[in-house]
Amino acid sequence: MTSSRLTAFVPPATSFDEQASEAAVYSGRRALTALAMAMAAATGLCGCISVNAPDKPIVIELNINIKQEVIYRLAEDVKQNIEANPDIF
Amino acid sequence: MTKTARILIRSWSLAAPAAALALAGLSVPAWADRDPAYAAARSSGQVGEKTDGYLGVIGGGGDVRALADKINIQRRANYTERAASQNATVEEYAFTQGCMLIQRTAPGEKYQAPDGSWQTRGAGAPQRDPRCP
Repeated sequence: MTSSRLTAFVPPATSFDEQASEAAVYSGRRALTALAMAMAAATGLCGCISVNAPDKPIVIELNINIKQEVIYRLAEDVKQNIEANPDIF
Repeated sequence: MTKTARILIRSWSLAAPAAALALAGLSVPAWADRDPAYAAARSSGQVGEKTDGYLGVIGGGGDVRALADKINIQRRANYTERAASQNATVEEYAFTQGCMLIQRTAPGEKYQAPDGSWQTRGAGAPQRDPRCP
């Protein structure tokens, strides 16, 4: 088919079937491209961090800022406190 | 202390039982020093230990509330003093005290669970905040 181009500016002889097959190839390529894009999009979706709104109201617990290390530090003193003030506990 | 008593205590055979008595005195349960009305309100479940270190009123009349208020005021003063000496906030100290007070509730007494609900202390361990020691 390329030899015909060397001799004259003649478009390559293409039959109707060939055109159809060519179109089929192109449509196949398009389909592949579309599939690749869809996959890329899907990959992109998987890579995204999806943030869902909670169905429960957000409760901010105020005593959450009482740290466990503080509680452990005070544990011994509160025990002594009970023994020192048995009337109020 | 008389001279005779001093001599007697110096004798080891007598000092040992005295020391044993002193140790026994330390292990007397704290409720022995409670006001009878307070002890009754606790055992009947009219008052309970809250997670924040203070007493909560669950039932009873105004006299129970007045009793709880009085003790809570005393507790607050105590927590304020102790927290200052421990370089902690009153809330931190009170919360830690609450952990301990819920831990030492007797079966049948009321305490507040971490979700805020009132629970009756059973034979097992009470439900406490995961930060409790």
